[in-house]
Amino acid sequence: MSSPADIAPSRPSAWNDPRVRGLVIQAVTLIAVIAAGAYLVHNTAENLARQKIASGFGFLGSTAGFDISMHLIPYTVQSTYAVAFVVGLLNTLLVAVIGVVLATAIGFVMGIARLSPNWIVSRLAAVYIETVRNVPLLLQLFFWYFAVLAAMPAPRQSLELGAGFFLNIRGLQVPSPILEPGFWLIPLTLLTGIAATVVLAKWAKRRREATGQIFPTAWAGLGLIVGAPIVMTLLAGVPIAFELPVLQGFNFQGGAVLLPEFVALLVGLSVYTGSFIAEIVRAGIQAVSHGQTEAAYALGLTRGRTLRLVVVPQALRVIIPPLTSQYLNLTKNSSLAVAIAYPDLVSVFAGTVLNQTGQAVEVILITMAVYLAISLTISLAMNVYNRHVRLVER
Amino acid sequence: MRRFELVMAAAAAITVAGAADAMAGPTLDAVKAKGFVQCGVNTGLAGFGSPDSAGNWSGFDIDYCRAVAAAIFGDGTKVKFTPLTAKERFTALQSGEVDLLARNTTWTMSRDTQLGLDFAGVNYYDGQGFMVKSSLGVKSALELSGATVCVQTGTTTELNLADYFRANNMQLNAVVFEKSDETVAAYDQGRCDAFTTDASGLYAERSKLANPADHIVLPEIISKEPLGPAVRQGDDEWHNIVSWTHYALINAEELGVTQANVEEMKASENPDIRRLLGVEGDFGPMMGLGNDWAVNAIKAVGNYGEVFERNLGANTPLQIARGMNALWNKGGIQYAPPVR
Repeated sequence: MSSPADIAPSRPSAWNDPRVRGLVIQAVTLIAVIAAGAYLVHNTAENLARQKIASGFGFLGSTAGFDISMHLIPYTVQSTYAVAFVVGLLNTLLVAVIGVVLATAIGFVMGIARLSPNWIVSRLAAVYIETVRNVPLLLQLFFWYFAVLAAMPAPRQSLELGAGFFLNIRGLQVPSPILEPGFWLIPLTLLTGIAATVVLAKWAKRRREATGQIFPTAWAGLGLIVGAPIVMTLLAGVPIAFELPVLQGFNFQGGAVLLPEFVALLVGLSVYTGSFIAEIVRAGIQAVSHGQTEAAYALGLTRGRTLRLVVVPQALRVIIPPLTSQYLNLTKNSSLAVAIAYPDLVSVFAGTVLNQTGQAVEVILITMAVYLAISLTISLAMNVYNRHVRLVER
Repeated sequence: MRRFELVMAAAAAITVAGAADAMAGPTLDAVKAKGFVQCGVNTGLAGFGSPDSAGNWSGFDIDYCRAVAAAIFGDGTKVKFTPLTAKERFTALQSGEVDLLARNTTWTMSRDTQLGLDFAGVNYYDGQGFMVKSSLGVKSALELSGATVCVQTGTTTELNLADYFRANNMQLNAVVFEKSDETVAAYDQGRCDAFTTDASGLYAERSKLANPADHIVLPEIISKEPLGPAVRQGDDEWHNIVSWTHYALINAEELGVTQANVEEMKASENPDIRRLLGVEGDFGPMMGLGNDWAVNAIKAVGNYGEVFERNLGANTPLQIARGMNALWNKGGIQYAPPVR
């Protein structure tokens, strides 16, 4: 009979070949998408030109002419719109980074508190979570800003907290450091301390896994990161002078000020996002099989150690993906800052600059690109961490 | 989705108009087709444009929208209002979301040349000022160095504030909010020493504060703020309609034509009045309207003085004097070209 080698597999014609069809359809779709995009861009440019609306990115070099209440880099009314953009961007990043740290801390504490066997603690945590989750963020920001403002005294009746710290409705006035020569030793000590703590933590973990002995890494780290720079400061002869805030006329002059807008936004965002993170943490912890907890207790581990060494590392796999979403939410929600006068990117750039120049298309495009870049960076970092804690299947 | 259709209709109309005769007015055609004027107004500025608790709009700029609607349709109620914040007002006009922006907007060169819009006259000559608490003991704006000032974002106010402080070598701390409500609330609570906006706005906001008598408006006027309605560039006919409605109201006050006597005045022998009210001449049809365009506008809202008194005058909480907004022959600078 005919052998298998005589019957060659029939080659489909080019049109019926699924691979060729797939390639053709993808190429056509790509061309269509590019064409649609090009048409939109061309149409927009034509409409802008026809209506004599200024376009292009040249406006970034024009003088800003307005004042920004909080700027981390030097900024005056004569700086350009580009500098104003950077100021807004840095303000957004500052709130986002500190907000993420605070929200995570609040979320983890509240999530674990919600699962506490202590009835009052778990009820209080539940009340906090349910209330904060269900009230719109804008209202919470208004609450924190106006309720906190209402409680503050006027500058002339400031609350004196000692050592040059004053609390009033204009903010928390703090002494600002003036760095003298020889200061460089202290950040160097700090960085060395952080590096040493990381190395120490790794060594302690290896020793614990090998011998079961626990090393007080937290206290040692505290000594290295906080204690060592303090000792170095004293050894170097305290190379820092402080400029104290002094009440002159309407406000305090000198020193630095922590704006109530910044604090209200930070607290509002952290509390709000923290409540969502608390529920995610609770879900993650409950996802860990109860057998793990029971086995840990059977081995004699305390509740704290069980949580830290057994449950949370396993729960992290469930927690990290939704946690990433919450971080992105926090970053984007910081754009509500304009409602309470915090000069973030949207308020400064997509608000004031947009209105002064009228170039809505370019400004909004830049703002969206920036938020996209920030969000993608956060996602990337979290995905790297996710891969690190992921369950490694055999 | 109505907004989308409106934008598409406007875009299509502009495309058609671009190919057709420049005299054809796409905005007037679109407005006549819809049956009402879509007017962009303030979200809530006492005296200029604010809704009451039932959602009925009233104010100086509101009356201007009604006058334009009456000039076109004979009925001042054929107008719908879109509340706009300072940030979105120009985009709303540029995109076609509103036909007319009557939102106490300052006429400046950059707005006239870079935003693709035209101003249709100045209906209120204003200037920027400061409001402070009387307890501060400040009598002049020059004493405000180092003060914290609350201001609304995206306005000429922000720029003028920075310019004034820079020109006088004073130190400024600006706190910038999006909505005027929050700006005033923060000022009232004491977050700022001073609040700055156009002088008319200062009186309007002061009337809403808990204790208006605790606040004083400083005497300095630090900028020129000619406020007027704005329309999109490229439609001269629509621009004519809006500007000449404004000029008609001023001419009416000059000639003594009021809301009450406009019908009788049609029988007047004064040729200026006869031309204004459409008894002689074809001025209305030259703009694409009927001959009774001015009669309808005046019947809907009254002449300029009546509009001013009703919204900003002595019987309102604002009690703003006519000042620069009086007629040119009565000590002010409101002056309209003649209807002839």
